Amino acid sequence: MQGKPQARHEPSERGLTPKLEVRLHVNGVERRLLLRPWSTLLDALREYLDLTGTKKGCDHGQCGACTVLINGRRILSCLTLAVMKDGAEITTIEGLATNGELHPLQKAFICHDAFQCGYCTPGQICSAVGLIAEGHAKTADEIRELMSGNICRCGCYPNILAAVEAVMRGASP
Amino acid sequence: MNDFDYVKARDVNDAVSQITKHLAARFIAGGTNLIDLMKENVERPTRLIDITGLPLKEIEETQAGGLRIGALVPNSDLAYDERITTHYPLLSSAILAGASAQLRNMASTGGNLLQRTRCLYFYDITTPCNKREPGSGCGALDGFNRLNAILGWSKSCIAVHPSDMSVALAALEATVHVVGPRGGRAIPFADFHRLPGDTPEIDTNLAHDEIITAIELPAEGFSRNYSYLKIRDRLSYAFALVSVAAALRIEAGAIKDARVALGGVAHKPWRVPEAEQTLEGRQPSRTAFGEAADVILQDAMGFAHNSFKIELARRAIVRALEQAAAGTPQSQSSKKIV
Repeated sequence: MQGKPQARHEPSERGLTPKLEVRLHVNGVERRLLLRPWSTLLDALREYLDLTGTKKGCDHGQCGACTVLINGRRILSCLTLAVMKDGAEITTIEGLATNGELHPLQKAFICHDAFQCGYCTPGQICSAVGLIAEGHAKTADEIRELMSGNICRCGCYPNILAAVEAVMRGASP
Repeated sequence: MNDFDYVKARDVNDAVSQITKHLAARFIAGGTNLIDLMKENVERPTRLIDITGLPLKEIEETQAGGLRIGALVPNSDLAYDERITTHYPLLSSAILAGASAQLRNMASTGGNLLQRTRCLYFYDITTPCNKREPGSGCGALDGFNRLNAILGWSKSCIAVHPSDMSVALAALEATVHVVGPRGGRAIPFADFHRLPGDTPEIDTNLAHDEIITAIELPAEGFSRNYSYLKIRDRLSYAFALVSVAAALRIEAGAIKDARVALGGVAHKPWRVPEAEQTLEGRQPSRTAFGEAADVILQDAMGFAHNSFKIELARRAIVRALEQAAAGTPQSQSSKKIV
């Protein structure tokens, strides 16, 4: 979305550090925002761009629910200041499908029943996209270890592992 | 989070000059610890100086045959760099034992050294903590101190340093290169972090107006006989109860050089050179390793919830040295300890 930067939450904020203009390329679209320096990327996505697929779990970097990809690398958006990512390419769960076709990992999560409540799922899937791109996991043990930053309190780990393994093997789900 | 303003440093000198002018400013790179502490109101900087644009992202060979790692190299890039995995696998293993893949993608080499303790009382601003608020007391002394120190602590503070990478860097005798208003200096790794004493609010010997620019590794990487063994409450993504970086140089069946550094037990990575010297000239054996462990732990003293760490550390030291001697380092993905 091009055009005027969007600003919100104006009232009763006089005296605070002024807002800064931030350009984010989110899922292939340039978005321009006016943000205080303390806005996290997670809050920018959810509260200012209405991309609520990325979830706020612990907000302290302990659960992985807020995982997104910045320039192709998986990171935690809750511990990232949006102003520090001016000009970056950001991919969220909303940006994984192409032309209405789900990403292979999205299909595999459905096929392998890899979630129950679904709250951790966007983070799990973005993390798995990063994991596969990094190319360091070859075995089930390595997938488990390198996915350990994504907590699933429903305990769907065996099925998450099966879904990730299936996509890594190139099997169609 | 508190109100703060945000600036970008143009180069190293600009970063130093900006931090010199603002006592309440902080540098920010990966932000993985600082932003969390700001959310908890433990850290309340009035200005953040973004250093991520500085040219400190390279890993270069040194004339001495070692490597110079730029302070902004992400932890994951460092752990998987072929020169590190080949010549300094202990460092790679220690990095991969810490945090999660996402955090390692974000965290910088310099920032890893400057992580603050994860002591529960440091984080909880409703409790006393001499590190957070000098003079307020120590909540951990008589509190839930399972994760706290058994070595080098003081009545003021029983916190431990949380970094795994730093434990390996201590064993490898790395050097920390820093730049301040009066130019650069090199700090031996053993002198970088401090013991708490009466000033637990000061974690390191890096001055407020100095910036880490690089970590230098000497030529010897102990790539044949090493192990990083980390014992924790869950198998992954947890801070150490005890960790051991063990490195041996073995020639003709005898130990020529031994390094043992412990994590999770003190306010800094813990090394006892006299204990390492007891191994020199000896053949690797459980007896020899046990005697070295006893020397390392002779002054260890625990608290209500962590005295078990003394025996745990003893066994972990022996096991890590056995793994190192056998050339079978601890795997960080298969969690079986063999």
